[in-house]
Amino acid sequence: MTVRVAGGQGFYGDTPRAVEGLLADGVDYLCLEALAELTLAILQKDRQKDETRGFTRDLPLYLAAALPEVAAGRTRVITNAGGINPTAAARVAAATARELGLTGIRVATVLGDDLTTRLEALARETPLTNLDTGAAFTELPSAALFASAYLGARPIVEALAQGADVVITGRCADAALFLAPLVHEHGWAWDDWDRLAAGMLVGHLLECSGQTAGGNLSRDWWTVARPWDLPYPIAEVDPDGTAVITKPRASGGRVSFDTVRHQLLYEVHDPARYLTPDVVADFTSARFDDLGDDRVRVTGVRGSAATATYKALLCHHAGWAGEARVAFSWPDAAEKATAASAIFVERVEQAGLTVDEWCIELWGVDALGGPTVPGTSAEPPEVVARVAWRCADATTAGLVGREMVPLTLSAPPAGMTGMGRGAARPTELLGIWPTLVEKALVDPHVSVHVEQV
Amino acid sequence: MARLRLHELCGYRSGDKGDVADVALFADDQTVYDVIVREVTAARVRDHFGAMVAGEVVRYEVPNVLALNFVLRGALGGGGPRSLRSDALGKTLGGALVRLEIEVPDELADRRAPRPDIGWAHEILGHLHRVAPTSVLPRGSR
Repeated sequence: MTVRVAGGQGFYGDTPRAVEGLLADGVDYLCLEALAELTLAILQKDRQKDETRGFTRDLPLYLAAALPEVAAGRTRVITNAGGINPTAAARVAAATARELGLTGIRVATVLGDDLTTRLEALARETPLTNLDTGAAFTELPSAALFASAYLGARPIVEALAQGADVVITGRCADAALFLAPLVHEHGWAWDDWDRLAAGMLVGHLLECSGQTAGGNLSRDWWTVARPWDLPYPIAEVDPDGTAVITKPRASGGRVSFDTVRHQLLYEVHDPARYLTPDVVADFTSARFDDLGDDRVRVTGVRGSAATATYKALLCHHAGWAGEARVAFSWPDAAEKATAASAIFVERVEQAGLTVDEWCIELWGVDALGGPTVPGTSAEPPEVVARVAWRCADATTAGLVGREMVPLTLSAPPAGMTGMGRGAARPTELLGIWPTLVEKALVDPHVSVHVEQV
Repeated sequence: MARLRLHELCGYRSGDKGDVADVALFADDQTVYDVIVREVTAARVRDHFGAMVAGEVVRYEVPNVLALNFVLRGALGGGGPRSLRSDALGKTLGGALVRLEIEVPDELADRRAPRPDIGWAHEILGHLHRVAPTSVLPRGSR
């Protein structure tokens, strides 16, 4: 029996419209991946304002499209849209079902990924060292705003086994959302490493929605069919782990060897050892056959035993940022932009404002490419100086931005200040602290709750 | 031997995890793959990015999809929500990598990246009602 799973969302803010095409094509499981690294920080601010929030608020839009199909028994939904408040997200799911006049839907929540309130206790049991910098937990600059573990597929499988039609989790490994229904349907064992690795690879290929179906493609990106009607991807997965990556038939986009390999390595460190909560997957072992007609077969994926730890992400306050832009046109656009940046920096110092870090970019010269941009004698027709700064407090960051405004009349000629966001309101910066935590310290706190609505 | 930008030979995609950027390079075929394995070393990539990358660069070979994957540590100004950079998520680093010039054998000397043909985009925009060089009104409006 082949199971069809689809990636209907790639981030918080993605379009719910692509879901209609997936449901029309027929999928057994619709998986919605809503949490990038910093999404929980956004949700944390939401919940501070309102206790009933803390989940991704576009969830009802997705469910409005999907729940009629769920009620008809044609599909099930698995999502990490619960963010830091899966219970509240489940209430919203129930309310959406009621508004649609649907009953009998079983909604499951997975809890236990949130480590925030017991972080200090955890720190006495495990080092929580920063994986990137090697810094000890005691060097965490300020209290953690949130801390959560990336759970695996097991609690989702448990929810499905209890008959859940909709599963809502908080933080979990993105690809685990997709592995779980495959384990559930195919009955894969938790030490069947090759099968688990195949499922994780499938999940990795589907978790970024349009990026597997012709979105963000390099090389011949302009040849992708009807890119304004870009479909989201589907995997047809056999019991032995063989998968075909494809897309809804009536859509634009493309699924090919090239689109699939682009996604295969996206945000992966060592492709031979892709660490996930449930298995260590070897992406270099997979074979990809382009079958034509927007179908790519994946076979031969190898896996090995999972590690004893979950990845966890802590987030802490890291100061306040402001940013301003000023544009100059030919002649001497780059020189004017550089001079204006210098004048601005000097004015800020004269005003006695303390800036901890500057970022000065010349858009139209080398803002994005930095030292990789070859030196050229060509004069750009226009250049935007974008200056960003970091301060200890929001008030100072705001006052720094004020120093940009006078440059309109008192800087090199014809500068246009207030470009784009101009001297925008200061924004809070957040430092992230990736770390590891033993599964044995997390698993006893993981629970699954199923409720019929 | 000839010198070519990687852009003439390879595709690319890049992304972030914390303050670490992942940059993948996709060879057009086996011949190109063998050349980039030889030419595009971690040290070469480190030099190319210069001060943009504060930490080490590690390279992984992915022969089953004719790709190289580069992990650039300390490449994003502290990581997405902490960084002051416009490209705090490293989306453009793939494009920056394929600016790198390498030595290629003569059989590859004539390779060129395909040139964009965006006739469809001009067609869509051509349907809008143009009232000035940069000012258009929605389709059908007068």
